[in-house]
Amino acid sequence: MKDVIIRPERCMSCHSCEVACAVAHSRNKNLFSAVGEDPTPRKRISVEFLPALGASMPVTCRHCKDAPCVSVCPTKALTQDTDTGMVIRNLERCVDCWTCSTVCTRFSSLYQLILATGCWNSSMLCTHKIIDRRTEKGTAIKCDLCEGRELPACVEACPTHALVFAEVEGR
Amino acid sequence: MKQTAFEKSIDSASQIMLQKAEDEGIETAWDRYEQQLPQCSFGQLGICCRNCNMGPCRIDPFGEGTEKGICGATADIIVARNLLRMIAAGAAAHSDHARDAVLTFKKMSEGKAGSYRIKDEAKLYSLASEYGISAEEKSREEVAVELASALLSEFGKQEGPILCTKRAPESRLKLWSELGIEPRGIDREIVECMHRTHIGVDNDATHILLHGLRTSLSDGWGGSMIATEIQDVLFGTPEPKKSTVNLGVLSHDKVNVIVHGHEPILSEMIVEAAEDPELLELAEEKGATGINVAGICCTGNETLMRHGTPIAGTFLQQELAVITGAVEAMVVDVQCIMPSLGNLTGCYHTKFISTSPKADFPGTARMEFHEEEAYATAKEIVKAAVENFPNRNLKKVSIPEEKQECMVGFSAEAILKALGGSPAPLIEAIAGGAIKGIGAVVGCNNVKIQHNYGHVNLVKELIKNNVLVVTTGCNAIACAEAGLLVPEAAALAGDGLKGVCEALGIPPVLHMGSCVDISRILVLASAVANSLGVDISDLPAAGAAPEWMSEKAVSIGAYVVSSGVFTVLGTIPPVLGSQAVTALLTKGLDGVIGASFAVEPDPFKAADLMLEHIEGKRKALGLK
Repeated sequence: MKDVIIRPERCMSCHSCEVACAVAHSRNKNLFSAVGEDPTPRKRISVEFLPALGASMPVTCRHCKDAPCVSVCPTKALTQDTDTGMVIRNLERCVDCWTCSTVCTRFSSLYQLILATGCWNSSMLCTHKIIDRRTEKGTAIKCDLCEGRELPACVEACPTHALVFAEVEGR
Repeated sequence: MKQTAFEKSIDSASQIMLQKAEDEGIETAWDRYEQQLPQCSFGQLGICCRNCNMGPCRIDPFGEGTEKGICGATADIIVARNLLRMIAAGAAAHSDHARDAVLTFKKMSEGKAGSYRIKDEAKLYSLASEYGISAEEKSREEVAVELASALLSEFGKQEGPILCTKRAPESRLKLWSELGIEPRGIDREIVECMHRTHIGVDNDATHILLHGLRTSLSDGWGGSMIATEIQDVLFGTPEPKKSTVNLGVLSHDKVNVIVHGHEPILSEMIVEAAEDPELLELAEEKGATGINVAGICCTGNETLMRHGTPIAGTFLQQELAVITGAVEAMVVDVQCIMPSLGNLTGCYHTKFISTSPKADFPGTARMEFHEEEAYATAKEIVKAAVENFPNRNLKKVSIPEEKQECMVGFSAEAILKALGGSPAPLIEAIAGGAIKGIGAVVGCNNVKIQHNYGHVNLVKELIKNNVLVVTTGCNAIACAEAGLLVPEAAALAGDGLKGVCEALGIPPVLHMGSCVDISRILVLASAVANSLGVDISDLPAAGAAPEWMSEKAVSIGAYVVSSGVFTVLGTIPPVLGSQAVTALLTKGLDGVIGASFAVEPDPFKAADLMLEHIEGKRKALGLK
C-alpha cells in the first residue's frame, strides 16, 4: 500500500502541511472558509523541532491497526487502546531507544537520520502534539491519508517534497 | 492539473498564442502559477511577518499552535501591518510616477527638456489658479515653473492638506478631517507606513488601518491625481477617438515596437519617433512598410487615450505578444513588467529594452532614458527596433487575426463636454431611472481568474442592468477586446442606458485612462456629488476590481472606499487570517467612512452586490 513518507532532511519548517491537513479535514475544504469554522478544523500532522538534531520535521501517526511500534516497544511505553485503536504513550516509560521508529514506515528515514548523526537524545517527547491527541469525544485525531483525495493534502502542500506519497513494503 | 489554453483565457487571440506557447515549449505566467500550487496558506491569509529578524513568525490559523509572533503581535496586528505595507508600496508606485512626470514638466518649463511642450494650456492655467498662482504679467513658462514647484512641494510637505483633496465634496473633507485621515504630504504618509510597521511601533489594527486610508488618499487625491493632471498639461487632455486593440494590431509588414509599463513620458516620444522620416526611410531599407507602435498595460492606455495608438493587450498578454514572434522591440519603463520577458525574448528575435533609471530586468538591452535627451533616446530605441526587423524569423511568426475597434479618450472633461458642459444631463438620466447608477470597474489581470473572464462578465452584467460603466487600466483593455467600447455595444445595455448612449453617440463603457487616471473617476464623482449637494457615499455608484493583483490596486481600493464608494474585489486580499481586520474592511468601515469592501470572485454575483448597493443608494436619495 501507499503511505506518507517523511524525508526530514528536506523539511524547511514552513508548517504548510499542518494548515493543508486542517483544511482537508474541515467542513468546507477551503482555506478561506475553514478559518472561520466552528468547531475549528484539526490537523493530523505537526512540524516538531528536535533540539538534539537542530532540525524540524513533520510528525504524523496513522494509529495503524495492530500497530507495530506498540509490539516492538521494549518498555511498554506504547500501548494501543482496544476500543478506540489509539496508540498511546506513557512518557515516563519511554527510554528514547527509537526502536519504534525502526518498524514505522513513516519514521524509517528519521531513524536513518538519527543513525547517521549518531544522536539518540532526540526524544520521542517531540511527538507529543500529534500521537496522543483525541477529539472531545475521546476518539483519536489521526491521519486517514485523506480519504477521497488522490494525494494526501500534506504531501500536496509540501513545497520541498519533504513529504511524499509512495508505496511501502510489507504493510 | 494542467489548464488548457481555453481555460486560461476567454480571449481567442490569447488562446491561440497560449496554444502556440505550449507547442513551442514556451513557459508563461500560467505555467509558473501551476508550479506554485498549492500556494502558501500563511501568505494567503496574511499571517506571516518578516518585519524583524527575530522572525519570520507565523500564526496558526486554526488556533492549535502559536497565537502570537515573538514580539507578541497577534494575527490582527500582523495582518493590518502587512496590509499597510501593501498600501504604502502601491501609493509609492503611483506617486513616484507622478513625481517623475512633474520633474519632466519642471525641466520643460526651465527649458531643459526641449522635446516636450505644453499641450493643454487651459489646464495649465486652471491648475495654476487652483494652486493660487497668479498668471498676471508672467510668461507661460514662468507660470509653469511656479506650478512645478508647488506640485513638487506636495510630495515633501509636512503639513497638509494635499491641495487636490479640496476637489472632494465638503462633507467628505470634513469626515476625513474628523477622522484625522486628511493626507498631509505624499512622501510623509508613505514613510510613516514604513515607520509604523517597523517592530514595536503601531500595534493596534484599527489605528494601523486608519493610517492606511490616509496613505491611500495621498495617492488617489495626491500622487495619482497630480500624475493625471500634469500629464494632461504636457501631453494633452484626452478626447474621444477611435482605435483598435488586441494582439491582431501587430503588423506583418511593419516594424512592431511595443511600449509597456506605466508612464507616458518616454512612450510619447516613441510615438513621435515612429513618424520620423529618417526612421521611416530606414524601415523601408530594412524591408518593412512602416513602424507600428502598440501598447501594453497603462503605458499603452496613455498613448491610446491621447493618440489612438493601438493596444496589443492587457497585463497577462505581455508574454503572448512576444510569442507572436513579430515584435522587434519590447520597450519597458516601470510597473507590472514581468522579469520573465528576459528569458522569453531570448527565444525570439525580440529586443527587450529597459529604459527607466529605476527598473532593470534580466536580459535587457539597456537604453536609459533622461528627459534632457528624450527625443534622441526615443529615436535610438526605435532605430534599434527597425534594425532588428530583418532578424524576424518568419517560421516563428504567427499573429492572431483578432483585433477589435474601440472608442476611447473619455477624460472627465470629455465626458462633461459630451454631456453639453455640465453633469446635469447625467444626473437627470440617473434621477429619471434611465441610468440606474455608475459602476467604476478597474484593475489588473490575475492568473487566479481566467484571463478577462471577471472583467468582461461583470461589466456586461452591469450595463445590461442600466449601470453606466467607467473603466481604466487593464479592465478597460479587456472591455475593449470584448467589443464593449464601441457605441454599438449599447445594444448589450438595458433599454434606459441604451437610449442615453444612442442619444449621445457614446459606448456604454467609458474608457477613462490608465490606473493613475482613476483620479479622473474621483473628479467626476465629486462633480456629480457637488452638483447634487450630497457626499460621494450618497451616490448610486459602486466600484470593482474583478482581477486585481498589484499592490497599487490595494492602495486604489483603499482610496476609492475612503472616498465613499463601495468596492467589490474579485480576488481575496491577504487579510482573512484576522477576523477583526476582515470585519472592519467588510462591515466596520461603513459606519466610519460610509463605504466598505466586499470580496466576490464570481463576476455575476459581484454584479448583484453592486446592483443591490446602487438600488439601496437610489432608495436613500428618494429615487425609484
